[in-house]
Amino acid sequence: MSRHTLSVLVENKPGILARVASLFSRRGFNIDSLAVGTTEHPDISRMTIVVNVEELPLEQVTKQLNKLVNVIKIVELDSSASVQRELILIKVRADAETRSQVLETVQLFRAKVVDVATDAVTIEATGSRDKLEALIRILEPFGIKELVQSGMVAIGRGARSITDRSLRAIERSA
Amino acid sequence: MTERMTGSQALIRALEEVGVDTVFGIPGGAILPAYDPLFDSQKIRHILVRHEQGAGHAAQGYAQATGRVGVCMATSGPGATNLVTPIADAYMDSVPIVAITGQVPSGAIGTDAFQEADISGITMPITKHNFLVTDPADIGRTIAEAFHIASTGRPGPVLVDIAKDALQNEVDFVWPQPMQLPGYRPVTRPHAKQVREAARLLTEAQRPVLYVGGGVLKARAAAELRTLAELTGAPVVTTLMAKGALPDSHPLHMGMPGMHGSVGAVGALQRSDLLVALGARFDDRVTGRLDSFASGAKVVHADIDPAEISKNRHADVPIVGDCRDVLTDLINAVRAEHSAGRKGDYEAWWRQLNSWRETYPLGYDQPEDGSLAPQYAIERIGKVVGPDALYVAGVGQHQMWTAQFIGYENPGSFINSGGLGTMGYAVPAAMGAKKGRPDTAVWAIDGDGCFQMTNQELATCAIEGIPIKVAVINNGNLGMIRQWQTLFYEGRYSNSDLQSRRIPDFVKLAEAYGCVGLRCDNVADVDATIAKAMEINDVPVVIDFIVHADAMVWPMVAAGADNDEIKIARDMAPDWENGD
Repeated sequence: MSRHTLSVLVENKPGILARVASLFSRRGFNIDSLAVGTTEHPDISRMTIVVNVEELPLEQVTKQLNKLVNVIKIVELDSSASVQRELILIKVRADAETRSQVLETVQLFRAKVVDVATDAVTIEATGSRDKLEALIRILEPFGIKELVQSGMVAIGRGARSITDRSLRAIERSA
Repeated sequence: MTERMTGSQALIRALEEVGVDTVFGIPGGAILPAYDPLFDSQKIRHILVRHEQGAGHAAQGYAQATGRVGVCMATSGPGATNLVTPIADAYMDSVPIVAITGQVPSGAIGTDAFQEADISGITMPITKHNFLVTDPADIGRTIAEAFHIASTGRPGPVLVDIAKDALQNEVDFVWPQPMQLPGYRPVTRPHAKQVREAARLLTEAQRPVLYVGGGVLKARAAAELRTLAELTGAPVVTTLMAKGALPDSHPLHMGMPGMHGSVGAVGALQRSDLLVALGARFDDRVTGRLDSFASGAKVVHADIDPAEISKNRHADVPIVGDCRDVLTDLINAVRAEHSAGRKGDYEAWWRQLNSWRETYPLGYDQPEDGSLAPQYAIERIGKVVGPDALYVAGVGQHQMWTAQFIGYENPGSFINSGGLGTMGYAVPAAMGAKKGRPDTAVWAIDGDGCFQMTNQELATCAIEGIPIKVAVINNGNLGMIRQWQTLFYEGRYSNSDLQSRRIPDFVKLAEAYGCVGLRCDNVADVDATIAKAMEINDVPVVIDFIVHADAMVWPMVAAGADNDEIKIARDMAPDWENGD
């Protein structure tokens, strides 16, 4: 099994998230992470889907995804040729005794504190999965009270855009 | 063209504009607005069925018989959920139908309103695509898109769910409507390089087989298939969904492969060194145990759906395209190979194939107690009625015998539920087929179990003047279940005895529905009973064929077994090396 990041351009229409998610589940795939949002074009949304599968089943699920009428384009983003980021918010126990250590960790990871209470701080961090996992590991001894993670978003390196041609398809059909 | 009208009027107008002439359905609260302008339509004939499932299968039968999109209509909630089985069936067998359902008013969606069901959610995994329309301005375009999606690429069912207020509110109807489908671009033209590679493999192979599936019929490519087969001299097997793609009587035809295929067809696939799969999907009922299926063969796989290629079996040469285009290009590529002096030599292969064919023809035993063999009744229907009729089967033993013993000479002359295996398919699908092709004789060959699931549509047939014939192969049991219980459950017949030779009386049932009912329980009367049924053309005819209960479908590959383990009768395996 290996991790794959798929960028899926879809029409911005109701129900499309359900179509994509149910396709994964009925074909027997687990989604590791999923993030959805609009793109530079209001009619196109972009999903970043991280799955843990072998090469062949990935090809099959990609073909099945392509058959969804509202799916415009699917690109697999290689980790070396793309920038991949996640965002986490962590509420960590931090009293007078431990606060300075927690803040030091925050600095080391170039994270930031976004909320402070008497016995806790909330930290915002972005980065690759590896970096965020390391941060969580180091904060764990202090006591993590609450943790929330966004799905991964990713974009290819270089000047090329994966939305160019899809935009033309949208314009043609409009 | 722009005209002010209600959403309902827009719906009916759009259906007229896309060429719909027949709709099968039942009205109900949410769809009721649409039934008012439908009442006035001069172009669309609505057939009032007795159950929405019947409407769905009728739309499938209509589509299979005519090649056009079949249409069914139902109300929200239970009306729509009753369409789920035929929609799933059409999805599995790639049948182009459009299902139109009423939905509760848009403001009530999500409130558990009376007769509310999220039918677009329910049918998401079993439709090619579906729509929920809440704005009357979207109705025309959605209908245009639905028919386009259903009928192009790999055909399939499309559901259009329309909220009641969208049907009632007014709109400026515009036609034609430009479609907005940026994500829908089916590939139909095959890649030339891949086609050349397929042709090269065909001429190099020593034991090739053309493995033909329903896609060839969907592409209307029977003529091209025949040309390719005769040009190469390669043997052909046609799956359950492709019966008639090459005439059963054609010397290159080895029969049907699969769980109940002929020894010749199964053996040909297993021993082949090159499978040329055309519009077929390596279904488990064909391959048996996948890792031992045709293990020495290279695979050329042509299909219009890229997701089918290498789904179950790796394709050495993948070809995405419409089967007619693929076959046309392949014929030219093979001709080019021939002109270059490269031609396949399959003589030794044919010696082997012919020996299997001669040693293990399809056959059956006459019951020793003098009762009627079900295979005999079906075989005689094929002979007496002839190859120009349409034959529609339900699911089970009678379906397999109908595939084996009718003798198909024309493409599309066998209509059945292959992928989903829907019992009860035959009567409503035959109704739809007959409605679409009124001048063709349509015979439903049904089992007594299947028949009791959907025979209410005999009322529709009698009232609407759709004179189908129904041959009920009545063994009083769920025959295929009984066969499995005999073979795999030590003859413990748990809940498979329907006692339908006693209750109901199918002759009286037919008469109650305004049909003619006939009964035949012996060999001597079979031909005369079929002939009598053929003479009656004003009302439907039901023949109750009382047949032997213990007849079994042979050959058989047990579910999940290696195809080499095919049995020609109980505990009898073919001798593969025979005559080689």
